[in-house]
Amino acid sequence: MAAGIPQLVSSFFLLYLFLTLATTSFAFKSDELLLDDDEFEGGRSPDPPVAARPVTPVRKRSADSGSDPDSKIQFPLEHAFGNSDFSPAGTFSARLKTSSNGGQILTKLRFSRNALSQADKENFKKLLEGDDFYRIRLPSNLLSQPGREYVISSVKARCLSQRDALDEHFVINMDGVNVLGVNYGPPGSCQYPRIPKPPTKWSFNSHTLLKYSNEVLRTPVFTEAVLGENGEGEEVKPPERSFWAKYWMYLIPLGLILMNAMTQAMNMAEEPGNGQPGAQGPPQAISGRGQAPAVRRR
Amino acid sequence: MTMAIRVFLLLFLVLSSSYTAFSLFEDQVGLMDWHQQYIGKVKHAVFHTQKAARKRVVVSTEENVVSSLDLRHGEIFWRHVLGPNDVIDQIDVALGKYVITLSSGGSILRAWNLPDGQMVWESTLLGSKASKPLLLIPPNLKIDKDNVMFVYGNGFVHAVSSIDGEVLWKKELASEGIDVQQLIYPDGSDTIYAVGLLGTSQFGAYLLDVRNGELLKYNSMVVPSGFSGDLSFVTDDTAVAMDSTGTSLVTVQFQDGLISFHQTHLSQLIQDFPGAAVISPSKIPGTFILRTENSVIFIEVINKGELKVVRELGHATAVSDGLSLPEGQQAFALVQHRDGKIFLTVKLGNDVWTSNLVEETIHLDNQRGTVHKVFINTYVRMDRSNGFRVLIVMEDHSLVLLQQGEIVWSREDGLASIVDVKAAELPVEKDGVSVAKVESNLFEWLKGHLLKLKGTLMIATADDVAAIQKMRLQSSGKSKMTRDRNGFRKLLIVLTRAGKLFALHTGDGRVVWSLLLNSLRKSETCQNPRGISLHQWQDPHHHALDQNPSVLIVGRCGHSLDSAGVLSIVDAYTGEERNHMGPIHSIAHIIPLSLTDSVEQRLHLLLDANRRAHLYPRTAEALGIFQRELGNIYWYSAEPDNGILRGHGVQKNCVLEVEDNFCFDTRDLWSIVFPSESEKIAATATRSLNEVVHTQAKVTADQEVMYKYTSKNLLFLATVSPKAVGPIGSVTPDESSLVVYVIDTVTGRILHRMTHHGSVGPVHAVFSENWVVYHYFNLRAHRYEMSVIEIYDQARAENKDVLKLVLGTHNLTSPITAYSRPEVFTKSQSYFFAHSLKTMAVTSTAKGITSKQVLLGTIGDQVLALDKRFVDPRRTVNPTQAEKEEGIIPLTDSLPIIPQSYVTHALKVEGIRGIVTVPTKLESTTLVFAYGVDLFFTRLAPSRTYDSLTEDFSYALLLITIVALVVAIFVTWVWSEKKELQEKWR
Repeated sequence: MAAGIPQLVSSFFLLYLFLTLATTSFAFKSDELLLDDDEFEGGRSPDPPVAARPVTPVRKRSADSGSDPDSKIQFPLEHAFGNSDFSPAGTFSARLKTSSNGGQILTKLRFSRNALSQADKENFKKLLEGDDFYRIRLPSNLLSQPGREYVISSVKARCLSQRDALDEHFVINMDGVNVLGVNYGPPGSCQYPRIPKPPTKWSFNSHTLLKYSNEVLRTPVFTEAVLGENGEGEEVKPPERSFWAKYWMYLIPLGLILMNAMTQAMNMAEEPGNGQPGAQGPPQAISGRGQAPAVRRR
Repeated sequence: MTMAIRVFLLLFLVLSSSYTAFSLFEDQVGLMDWHQQYIGKVKHAVFHTQKAARKRVVVSTEENVVSSLDLRHGEIFWRHVLGPNDVIDQIDVALGKYVITLSSGGSILRAWNLPDGQMVWESTLLGSKASKPLLLIPPNLKIDKDNVMFVYGNGFVHAVSSIDGEVLWKKELASEGIDVQQLIYPDGSDTIYAVGLLGTSQFGAYLLDVRNGELLKYNSMVVPSGFSGDLSFVTDDTAVAMDSTGTSLVTVQFQDGLISFHQTHLSQLIQDFPGAAVISPSKIPGTFILRTENSVIFIEVINKGELKVVRELGHATAVSDGLSLPEGQQAFALVQHRDGKIFLTVKLGNDVWTSNLVEETIHLDNQRGTVHKVFINTYVRMDRSNGFRVLIVMEDHSLVLLQQGEIVWSREDGLASIVDVKAAELPVEKDGVSVAKVESNLFEWLKGHLLKLKGTLMIATADDVAAIQKMRLQSSGKSKMTRDRNGFRKLLIVLTRAGKLFALHTGDGRVVWSLLLNSLRKSETCQNPRGISLHQWQDPHHHALDQNPSVLIVGRCGHSLDSAGVLSIVDAYTGEERNHMGPIHSIAHIIPLSLTDSVEQRLHLLLDANRRAHLYPRTAEALGIFQRELGNIYWYSAEPDNGILRGHGVQKNCVLEVEDNFCFDTRDLWSIVFPSESEKIAATATRSLNEVVHTQAKVTADQEVMYKYTSKNLLFLATVSPKAVGPIGSVTPDESSLVVYVIDTVTGRILHRMTHHGSVGPVHAVFSENWVVYHYFNLRAHRYEMSVIEIYDQARAENKDVLKLVLGTHNLTSPITAYSRPEVFTKSQSYFFAHSLKTMAVTSTAKGITSKQVLLGTIGDQVLALDKRFVDPRRTVNPTQAEKEEGIIPLTDSLPIIPQSYVTHALKVEGIRGIVTVPTKLESTTLVFAYGVDLFFTRLAPSRTYDSLTEDFSYALLLITIVALVVAIFVTWVWSEKKELQEKWR
């Protein structure tokens, strides 16, 4: 039992480490990929003349999702050019699924955009010239649309038309069936020195992404188990620093001084030492020059 | 030679003993910090002068402080802050030794020991229905040897024992539908009256037995004209009120169960009656006061409820309550205010207007405004006559004691209610005023340092120590009025709730100048003015250096957002008002822009309630600058009631009847709608505008680089479940959750959203650099928690390739636009924390190199500094060697509270409401100012003062060491010469 807990802890730890590693190094990408597989569906609206209808693969999916018609949900996207009023621009459709914790979540989001009318195109060109905002809105509650208020987002029109066609990217932040906010913009970056050129192809490449909130990662058992270990560890640590490690800065100069003093003392001792050998032999009054012969004698 | 060794050893010892100190020592308290204690605007005052060795006055204030002040000097003997939810209703003194406070709408009764302020007893008086709280302490009423006081609160009359606070009996009156206005105890009887109104037109009086609360008699009478407002009691059996139309006065008399009333039309009393009048509460026997728009009228009640006007005085008049003199007479004080002078008259209540006991004229500082309240006290003079001292409360909330025509003391108690703080630089030192003046005497300087040396070597005597301490406190000209090299000396400009502006010197906390803002004073156009915020208006650093810095004060004329605004610009050096505007459009939000004009006046955008933006300063130049940046200005507004966060941008000039070039229309750019059934906005936090980030990258132990996402446009927002808005414990963990967001305020992108299940507010948060630290309560763990979120930029993560840097294909220099989709990732971690908090702040330094500390204003009214390293999301259980080197602390469950890290050491900042940090020029140091009822200022060095020597560094020691070394060199040199010579002569 006692051995089991550390094992559990360590396996937890490994798992945690793996998770944190995963989130640290490619957290964002992996998140997106997952959603890509499951909940994200890129609706690519067809060329302008054709009316807004989802393309075939989408329809095929919708066929099998039709098995549970009650949970299907649709909500409109509306857009506005600059300060104009909002007008319908497309439809999102998705399935409502009851999640494991009881709440309802949205899956299999699909989007189909209406074709831009001639007036819309003109308006869009105007936006590009005036470097103005292209605005969109979504209902804030999907079950009782439009909810209390619309969720608005806007982007400079130039950011959408950086290539031939128009690129857009929706990140819809959800909480159950409530739309909290929508992040709308180009899929990549928005170049700053702006090139106000109208797109050659008046169609939208749409990418959509549903985002639900993250839960806070905290495993109390794990952290508590750690506490004991750690508390001990901290207490043990201080004596680890040896005497030398603590006081080397005093010991070295002291040693130097001592050595210096010793050599001095030696010299001093040796000075009369020429005499002190006097203990060895009688010749006492030999001058300093006599040293060399004395050494030689040895 | 042994000499030389000894000298060396001695020197070595001396050097090794001069260690550097890293934490605060006892004798360092007060060197760079100061602490000031205040009490707030006085509401009630009770003098306690008779038979007391120390004369004192007990006061209760609007900051809910009950305090005993020294009448001689105005110092605080003791003080208790009851907190914002415990409003003091009444105070009095019982038994001559207890201070009785009635608070929280008449539901808490406490007794404090008068000499030392210890609480003696506390009683909770429960009831059914909120009512006007009343406290009555009959001076000599005893029931079974128990001194009794009567309290009316929450619809009950309570008889409470003065000795131990025991409730002897209680009697409900609110159930009868009466709104009791006064408790009256006729002296010597054993009954009390509870007198009040039933509905709007019935007067009722209950007669209760003081022994058991039994209802003895009940009388009532319908007054056909009705009442408006409260009853005002003139004597024990006479009350006066306005009738329901507000045009006549009703005098009600009740004697021995008989109620009679008398109605007098105001126009009969007063010629050219202005129309609106209020009876102002005053306790002068036989007389009451009627306040009209521009005069104060004293009206006497003569027999049978007839009224007589006795005197009419100007508007700026304050009157004290009546005071019984030993001879059985009544006196009251009357204070008038004209042209910066105060006219004090003390009159006898009985023959009111013929003679004055005291007539004094006192010159008072012009910046104190008018007199709001007067309290009078008497004492026996040398010649056995009556002397009077008067305590007056001024418009700026200051407290002044007058005696013998002089100001005995004054207290700046407006500083207890600071609304906003800004720091301003001091003037640059001019030539001619040199530092040499301060340290003129070289001998003195040397002596000082020798003393310090003595202190260091621990051979100083007690006198020396005292001298050192004194020297330290006055040292280094810290209270000079010029800028210093390290930027420690500054002015703190504070705005108080009274509408007064103070400049406090950071050196010693003294008031350099003060200004009662005319624009924030009550006037005809602006009825309820109050200051909202202070902003740096002009702060010359690069050019226009000949101009003084100035601050912008923004105020509002009422409590609602759509009331008219007032603006005022004040010179920070001199405290003179340069300019004021108002009343102008309403002010809902103030945005200081990052733009300045040619004289370094900062551009401000003021948003009104109609969502129009107004540009200030109103100059053509400012307009030009603004027009250029028009498209790049975004802001957000949170609507906590609707649960909507909106982003806005500027559009074009407004269409108004009068053309206004400085007015702009705005539009909504984005919105985030929080589901009303599950989320309610609880707190927001943004980065401070002037924060400097030194490095954008963080190098981790394994040589990886993480780029901080340092966008200035980030907003941290926390929502709680609507059910969980109440206090902790009102919901179960399953019902409540806390959701935190990190939102880009330009585009409305939700960069991060995270749910803490089972957690509730109150949420406190700080946002700095790329991290947020927030504090909340975890219901599941029954503990407070602090969490951290760090935001890193993924988009620039590829830049760590050296080859790319060399080839120049990196995107480091590409312009950053908020419209790009940010690729961020976050790291977060939660820790338990033992304290609950009142406020939170973060240190800021000049260049942002120094590591940060989170400053926590704890529930115990102290400031705790918590190193950011403790709230690091990268802490792991077993950090590797490399991580340890990086400074990562092993993960623990909860955050440590290290006693030494209390910034306020042994002091308390009572009722702490805010903490402000100001960077100094010295990178390692930051100035911290904490305010509440008290003020506290100190200097902090979160990473220690690595860039300067400590202030008490002993230069003398250094000098002596050098000299000693030189001497030693010479001595040894001479010795060696001698020795060589000797050797040569051998």
